[in-house]
Order: sequence, then C-alpha cells, then structure tokens
Amino acid sequence: MPQIREELVARFYALFEGWGIPWIVPRLVVMLVVVSIIILFISVSAMFLIWWERKISAHIQARFGPMRVGGWHGWAQSIADGVKLLLKEDIIPTQADRPVFILAPMVVFAAALAAYVVIPFGPGLIVEDLNIGILYVIAISSLTVVGIIMAGWGSNNKYAALGALRSAAQAVSYEVPLVVSLIGPLLLVGSLSTTKIVEAQRYLWFIVLQPLAFLTYFTCAVAETNRLPFDIPEAESELVAGFHVEYSGMRFAIFFLAEYANMFTVCAIATTVFLGGWRGPLLPPWLWFLLKTFFLLFVMIWLRWTLARVRVDQLMNVAWKVLLPLAFANLGITGLLVWVFS
Amino acid sequence: MTTVNLHLQQVKERTAESMEEMWVNMGPQHPSTHGVLRLLIKLDGEVVRECIPYMGYMHRCHEKIGENRAYVQIIPYTDRLDYLASMYNNWAYCLACERLMGIQIPERAEYLRVLIGELQRIASHLIWLGTFGLDLGNFTLFMWCFREREMILDLFEAVSGQRLNYSFMRIGGLALDVPEGWLGDVKAFLQWFKPRLPEYDRLTTDNIIWQKRIQGVGILTPEDAVSYACSGPMLRGSGIRWDLRKNDPYGIYDRFEFDIPVGTRGDVWDRFWVRRQEMEQSVRIVEQALTEIPPGPVLAPVAKKLRAPVGDIYSRVESPRGELGDYIVADGSEKPYRYKVRAPTFVNLSALPVMLPGYLVADAVAVLGSVDIVLCEVDR
Repeated sequence: MPQIREELVARFYALFEGWGIPWIVPRLVVMLVVVSIIILFISVSAMFLIWWERKISAHIQARFGPMRVGGWHGWAQSIADGVKLLLKEDIIPTQADRPVFILAPMVVFAAALAAYVVIPFGPGLIVEDLNIGILYVIAISSLTVVGIIMAGWGSNNKYAALGALRSAAQAVSYEVPLVVSLIGPLLLVGSLSTTKIVEAQRYLWFIVLQPLAFLTYFTCAVAETNRLPFDIPEAESELVAGFHVEYSGMRFAIFFLAEYANMFTVCAIATTVFLGGWRGPLLPPWLWFLLKTFFLLFVMIWLRWTLARVRVDQLMNVAWKVLLPLAFANLGITGLLVWVFS
Repeated sequence: MTTVNLHLQQVKERTAESMEEMWVNMGPQHPSTHGVLRLLIKLDGEVVRECIPYMGYMHRCHEKIGENRAYVQIIPYTDRLDYLASMYNNWAYCLACERLMGIQIPERAEYLRVLIGELQRIASHLIWLGTFGLDLGNFTLFMWCFREREMILDLFEAVSGQRLNYSFMRIGGLALDVPEGWLGDVKAFLQWFKPRLPEYDRLTTDNIIWQKRIQGVGILTPEDAVSYACSGPMLRGSGIRWDLRKNDPYGIYDRFEFDIPVGTRGDVWDRFWVRRQEMEQSVRIVEQALTEIPPGPVLAPVAKKLRAPVGDIYSRVESPRGELGDYIVADGSEKPYRYKVRAPTFVNLSALPVMLPGYLVADAVAVLGSVDIVLCEVDR
C-alpha cells in the first residue's frame, strides 16, 4: 500500500516536470487532494457520530431517536441537519468583534483537521508519518482552545466570555496530565512516531502494561473535548451554550463538526497508543482501527448520557490533585522499570 | 421612575465602580430558570456575590379575576396556578370553599382526593427531579422521569379528560366518579413505578458526581427557613418536621400512615433527598387509599348557585411545593369579595438571595432548581 502511494505521487510529480510546470504546483495539488480526503472523512465520520450519538442517547433514555429521514432508522438525519444549517442565514451580532468572530470557527476546525495528519489508520494508511507524531497531535489539539477563546471574546457576550474563560482554565489543567500520561507508553517504544508505536504493540497492547496511563489519558481526553461530565465551557444549563452561544448556521455547524472531529482524534490516539492501533486478527487493519476507535467513542457517548456535570472547582481538583499525581506516579514507575530491564 | 429602573441605574453605577465584578442577567430567557424568572446576578469571576430575583412576567391578575367570578367558576383558574400540580390547586380552593360554606363531602370523594392528590405529588416531584437533572447536566434522568409522569397523566386523563389543567374537583366533591377499572390501573402503575425509584438512585443518589455537586451547597439554616416562611420540602430539607398533612390534617390524611422525611443540613442534597423520599411515602398513601376506598357518591348534594355566608376563611393544604393557602372573604353574594392565594413557591423563592451568595454559577443553577419554582404560581 505505501509503495503504491509513493509510486503514484512520484509519477504525478514526474508528469508535471515533463510539462515544465514549476515544482510547487504538483505538490500543492497533492496537498489539496489529501486535505479534501481528510475533510471528507471528518464530515462523514462526524455525521455518522452525530447520528450514532442520537441513537445511543435515545435508547439510553427509552426513546427511538431519529426514525424518519432516509428510511432506515433515520440514517439521513445528520445530512438533513447539515443542509439546513448550510442554508440558514449567516448572523453576525452587531456588537461582535467581526474578524475574531469570523476567524474563531476556522481556527477550531483547522486545529481539528491538522491532527488527522498523523493518525495511522493502517500500515501505510497515514498522511505523513512524522517522527514527532504524538507531540504534533498534542501541540495541534491545544490550538482548539485558542479558537474557543476567540469565539468567547469575539461574541461580546458575557455567557460566551465565561465559557471561554472556563475553557482556557480547563485546557491548561488537563493538558498537563494528558501529556504526562502519554509519556509512559512512549518510554516503552522510544519513539514519537505513531506508526512505530503501533508496531511496538505487536505482542501486547499497552493498555495491559499501562492501565493507569490509559485511564488518565481517557479522562483527560473527555475533558479535552469538552464532553460531559466535563462540558463546563458549554454547560447549557448554566452558560446557555457557553462560547458558541452567538453562533448560528454554518459557523455553529463548524464548531459542532470540530467537536466530533476532536472526539475522533483523541479516541484514535488512544487506540494507537494503548489499544494496538490497527492490529487484530482476520479483519483488515483499517477496520480494526475504526472498530477500536468507535468502541472508545461509544464509551464517551455512554458517559455523557449517564453522568451529571462536575463543577469548575471540582474539575480543577480532579486534574491537579488526582490525575496529575497519578500520571506522574505512572511515569516514575515506568521509567524505573524501563531502566531496570534495559 | 419604577423600582426596576431605579435599581438598574444603581446597578450601572455600581458596575462602573469596579471592573472585577460583573452583572449577569440570568433569564427571563435562560434554560434553567424554569420559566420566565429573571435573576440579576453579580459575578466575581465564577462566584456569585449577590442575587436579585425579578418576577412578574407571568402576572395574570388571578386574584382579581377571582373576585369577578362565581365560586364554581374560579376552579378552572386555579388549574393555571401551579400547572404541575393542578389537582392540588383544585383541592386547596374547593376545600376553602367547603369550609366556608360548611359542606361535608362524601367518603369516596375524600379517598379519591387523597389518592389523586398523592399521584399528583409523585408527578410533580418527578418533573422536579427531571428538570433538576437537566440543571446538573443529566439529560437521561429527565427522560426517565417524564416516562413515569406520562403514565400518571394518562391516569388523570382517564378521569378528567385533561392532561394538565384538570378542573376535576368541585365544591362538594369531584366532578365525576373514576371510570371502571381505573383503580386497577393505579395499582398497575404503582407496580411499575416502585422499582423505578432505585433506578433513579443509580443515576443520582449513588453517583459520586451527583453527590459532590449538591452536598453542602445552598445551605438554608432552619432559622432562615422559618423567618422566610418557607414551607414544603424547602422547610423540611432544613430539618424542620412540618407537614400540613400531619400538623394540620385536612381531608382524611389523619387516617393514613406515612412518614415525613426531613433533612439535616438544609443544603440542596437534603431538599433533593426529602423529595425523593416523599415519592415513596406518596406511594404508601396511595396503596392504603386503594385498599380502603369505599363505594358511594362522589359529589355532595350542593346548590347550583353557591352562596357563601358572610365571613372569611384561610384554608391551607400541603401541595407538592409547600403550604398552598386560599384566603376567601365572603360578603354573602355568589362571588368572593376578596380572594387571595398564598403561593408556596413565591415565598420559597424569596429565600433565594440568602442561599446563593458565595457559591459558583453552577451552584446557583442547582440551588434555584432545588427551590422547585413554578413561575405561574409565583406571579399569579
């Protein structure tokens, strides 16, 4: 698979060189194609996730959820919603800071989009196997917060501002244990490359060796993506909708899409680092990868519809007093064991 | 200048003084104000420093309308007070009129009133629990509670033809006897409902997030609760054993065996727990009523045109939200001379500014939820 791709790209470049077109053009074309594929994947997976979440929540709550649009269990509901949001009037509040207001959803979505570059869907099924893969994902996903703060500030709305402040505090707190919990498995591999991490789990998934790190990571990941029970930046019963209270139509849809794209990213990283990535018997690798990722997504959805929301101070307590010491303890023990056995 | 405008001006002046504190309008259009309540909240970061509730968005001149209607004609208006417990409003009003006019109502009607009233209490507490779950971010609880409430509404629809504003009680008894087999349906509902309570517990009582969110929050001391004239679960949550069903029995409540759950600390948890246990007690009362209910008429023989003798009466019942009182002054005509409703939620809401300061915005929502307000009753 990777060979075929490399060869195709090389032939494509050669084709343009033969025509005497500057080297930058074919590279831009390739980039465009790759980005389009990612956006397509994000849209389809997010739409599926939204429909899936609605169905799961409905069954948890003794309802059916969407049943009409598209015939079979309302499978086309998300598409219909997306079209509706696209066609809605684009409203920018008069008091808003226009450039910031417009830019905010783009920043959030760009951050969500960029993280997909290093997700290894299968052997060779990766956009770019960066040697700093995990570090790159962590760095890029932190950018989401910038977009959220921009949205909160640009809306010129008290509730949005409160939501943005909460979001900043939450992101700063949860980034730390998240990163520390990921260092454990990385010590075992000795590389930041996502492909290498999967290859290192040939015989044993890291969830067995690093259960504590997995739990810490997953808790932080739920907080990272602003999902219940950690959805305080957009707590609808307190802050109406938090940072995106002033957004409507397509701009709102982009926030929504980015949220689900981020959910997919954090679960994909968890699959890569702890659940052996694409490894599994019988089924093709990409299917295994998606199955594991969607299982984690199911857990996230399940949590959301079962638990109540924690409070801001409790959120901070959990991050600094529970998760961070746990993550450091895990790191220390792993480091010691790696040093002893190597 | 009206009071509100005057106040807004003061608010603006005060805001100009310090930039650290921010006035936030919570409502009248806010997802957790349970209707058109407006709270002006002063926030210091996330901490609530001051809270001023504004009400009156739903004022309908309920009492003034009452003065221009014949006694019987007021009953449909009482439905619209506390629309989550319409049966109880009917009961409170009819009871006041019956006491004023000296009407004795038939035995079967008394039993049916207790039975329906307690079912209404369960339905009302279910709605409260569900919306309180929403306030704390638990959407599933809301749906589950509504599922059971639907069944009670079905039962009420079978007897009165309505699902929300029943107008089922009459001065002198009930409008109609219950349909055949209805009591069996109630029994079946109880069989379904009793195992549901532990199910709710799994989502709420046993959940550590739920516990941590509401324990030690929004404390209302027993002294404050009494001096603000709180009643119902608010008062009992603060540890004062005061329930009109026991302390000033009306109807035939003195014939039933049930406990009055009380709290110890007066926080949101205690109010939650009191209501949660009251549902169990209501089930007990309904079960007793089902076994003892006698046959017979449900409406006492009363005149078509009711006239009350000159005099006045204050009659109170323990509605799901507290002491619901009706004060009627009669001048001998067929309309009341003065008609006043003591709305429990209005009085309970007045204790909100005492409970809020010092807690976070998230707690403000929880505390407001724990008061269990119905704005239609607050504003009348």
